Amino acid sequence: MSILFLLIPLGMIFLGVAIWAFLWAVRSGQFDDMEGPAHRILMDDDDPRIPGRTKTAKDDKPPSDA
Amino acid sequence: MAEQESSCFHCGQPVPSGSHYRVEIDGQSRDMCCPGCQAVAQAIVDGGLTDYYRHRTATSVTAQNLVPEELQNLAIYDQPDLQRSFVTNEPRDAAEIKQASLILEGIVCAACVWLNERHVNALPGVIEFRVNYATHRAQVKWDDTLIHLSEILRAIAAIGYIAHPFDPGRQEQLYKKEKSQALRRLAVAGLGAMQVMMLAVALYAGDYQGMESRMQTFFRWVSLLIASPVVLYSARPFFTSALRDLKRMQLGMDVPVALAIGGAYLASVWATLTRSGEVYFDSVTMFTFFLLAGRYLEMGARHRAGQAAEELVKLLPAMATRLTETGEEVVAVADLVPGDRLRVKPGDSIPADGRVIEGSSSIDESLLTGESLPLTRSIHDEVVGGTVNVESPLIIEVERVGEDTVLAAIQRLLHRAQTEKPRLAGLADRVAGIFVGVILLLALAVGWWWWQHQPDEAFWIVLSMLVVTCPCALSLATPAALTAATGSLTRLGVLTTRGHALETLARANHIILDKTGTLTTGRLQLQDIRLQGSLDEGACLRIAAALEQASEHPVARALSHEVSDVPLAREVTAIPGQGLEGLVDGTRYRIGQPGYVSELVPQVASHEVSEGSQTEVWLASELELLALFSLSDSLRPDAAESITDLKRLGLKPLLYSGDSEAAVVGVAQELGIEDFSARMRPEDKLKAMHALQTEGTVVAMVGDGVNDAPVLAGAQISLAMGGGTQLAQASADMVLLSEQLPHLPRAVEMARATLRIIRQNLAWAVVYNIVALPLAAMGYVAPWMAAIGMSASSLIVVLNALRLNKHYTQRGAAHSRSAKLDMA
Repeated sequence: MSILFLLIPLGMIFLGVAIWAFLWAVRSGQFDDMEGPAHRILMDDDDPRIPGRTKTAKDDKPPSDA
Repeated sequence: MAEQESSCFHCGQPVPSGSHYRVEIDGQSRDMCCPGCQAVAQAIVDGGLTDYYRHRTATSVTAQNLVPEELQNLAIYDQPDLQRSFVTNEPRDAAEIKQASLILEGIVCAACVWLNERHVNALPGVIEFRVNYATHRAQVKWDDTLIHLSEILRAIAAIGYIAHPFDPGRQEQLYKKEKSQALRRLAVAGLGAMQVMMLAVALYAGDYQGMESRMQTFFRWVSLLIASPVVLYSARPFFTSALRDLKRMQLGMDVPVALAIGGAYLASVWATLTRSGEVYFDSVTMFTFFLLAGRYLEMGARHRAGQAAEELVKLLPAMATRLTETGEEVVAVADLVPGDRLRVKPGDSIPADGRVIEGSSSIDESLLTGESLPLTRSIHDEVVGGTVNVESPLIIEVERVGEDTVLAAIQRLLHRAQTEKPRLAGLADRVAGIFVGVILLLALAVGWWWWQHQPDEAFWIVLSMLVVTCPCALSLATPAALTAATGSLTRLGVLTTRGHALETLARANHIILDKTGTLTTGRLQLQDIRLQGSLDEGACLRIAAALEQASEHPVARALSHEVSDVPLAREVTAIPGQGLEGLVDGTRYRIGQPGYVSELVPQVASHEVSEGSQTEVWLASELELLALFSLSDSLRPDAAESITDLKRLGLKPLLYSGDSEAAVVGVAQELGIEDFSARMRPEDKLKAMHALQTEGTVVAMVGDGVNDAPVLAGAQISLAMGGGTQLAQASADMVLLSEQLPHLPRAVEMARATLRIIRQNLAWAVVYNIVALPLAAMGYVAPWMAAIGMSASSLIVVLNALRLNKHYTQRGAAHSRSAKLDMA
């Protein structure tokens, strides 16, 4: 059981890291918008990179069904 | 998908029959309801952003057809003087890189965020544009040498959203600071509680199975180390507010909380140092965490409400066009002085009280007086600031500004009403006060008794009593329920801007309704056509629409909305307040007031004018009288149903209106409202309401206009319509953003359900305490039992509150948004 005297202080170091990481996240604005990012990831921004779909955001013509 | 035939692809509103507005989207031609939607959809297609239509989860808001002048007006936002209030330079030394905050109107789903970001970020000169979906606000950073703010605003308008620059101000920064501090405290408490709990389980197990004493001491010391920041940092708000309460000789919820946390912590430290007694570190940390979580939820709801309320009043100062010797200049309304000459364009609101010196026009005073029809004003007539010029340009001379205007007088009335407002004390506050007093007295008594009999046990028993009685459940009871309820109401489109609103709404037993703009749409609609001549209905309507096409008068809007293929009218002359004359297909026609129209065809004897709330408009050619149109400000489609629902809920509806007797009687009869008064000024409404309030009734008020604002402020609980004036919304406790009357009874039901849940929660907390207290007082409660009991009671309270969320959103989703017929 003496191993606990090592493991528990180790656990506390991890606790410190976890708290630091969380505080960093709060400071850098990760919690400012709790809803947007969940939806944002669903929107495709990479259309031009997909083969066969070459239209760009600046395309003036209505896209044809290609 | 079958309804795509008849509803606008962009906004989902029904497409008027025979509409020719179409846009090709993804190779398919789609129907549009109006030129506004058509322009917006075309702009989205042209920008290559049709993905928006694939991703969106709600239909867009009907696009306002912004006239070029309004877009031109955005240019005032480029003025350096004006920009100083809301634009910052980022970084400070680079003059050309600017940053501003915008409020975005029209965001309905996440795809709107995507659309805005893609569209605006593609503009040359825009460095960064980020939309916060939760708050509907955007941050824009741009290079002023490449693009101006007005161009960005115009680009946003082109895709159908409206952006207002605003000054985020100190309040906003305060919110942000408060939120991040609360999150940090919550994180420290949460992570700490987990670790301490892990150690506590080992300690409890050690109590049963035996444990080396050096191991026990080690565990206690580690727990102490982790719990210390939780108590000293995370729990600090409880200590400071308990201290504040004690200084003011009050007993708030925080006093027993602080006592329990502080006492348990100090006792546990003592036990650790002396290797005796019990440690309560797990209870202390968990207690702190639960309470902070509750406070955090409450804070979120409060901030959302605060921001919403702020949005209503924070818009930039209104502008006026002043005539000078050299030309025209745009000035802030605040800078006007009596004697200034102003040009007021049709569609603009009149900036200050004054007198007409040139031109004549119709003035819409409905927001100020409740009168549904515009009134004619010509040279030497007085006009009131805040009313809207409908028909033709006017030049007015300012007579009164600032404090002396009619609007300011109403505002003063509003402030007085606000201070005189009778308030209902919150249920939780009353219960908490009694509860805390009782607990503290009991703890003293029990401590004294044990001190007499077993002095060494007394401290531990009093402590476990304070921990186990746990004001935790009690203090979570209200915020949890209110947060859940305001959340689901917001999803319905009912915004709660003040904390007490739900509780008071649940107790309301009278509901005062305004007529124009609240029960009715506030817009005239064609009710009936009576043909008098040789032409059929369609032909008459087309002629009428042709004549009225250029006019902004409500009658004109109602008539031209009926027809889609409008012929061209020539030589149209308008006599404000009388009517219009013009040539359609070579024939001379007149439309308007009976007296004016019958001048063209003198042989027609003046017809009997029908009674009631209807407005009569005649149409005649030189040969004969063609048709009589009757128009009225139509009731909102669900008004009758909503009134019935309100009555079923036990609320007595009353109708107070500033409109004419005939109009009010008609509406009241149609809706089955027995109690109504007409021609009421704001003072009259307020007086009548005070009379009701002195009889001990709880009055809810629903209104939309400036004239309603004092009454809204004076009522115990008030709701403003989303389409109403800012002043009304700012003085109301709740805002009906959806503008759907059926949401009124639903909000009442929701409020009552909330009150029911709060009562249940409080009852549960009290019952739990009644059971736990004697056990603790007799010394039967071990620390681990206190911890479990406390957590379980808090959890039950929160889960009970979450029921509010589920039940009502499902019913809310079934209702479609229909009533918002915008000027198209």
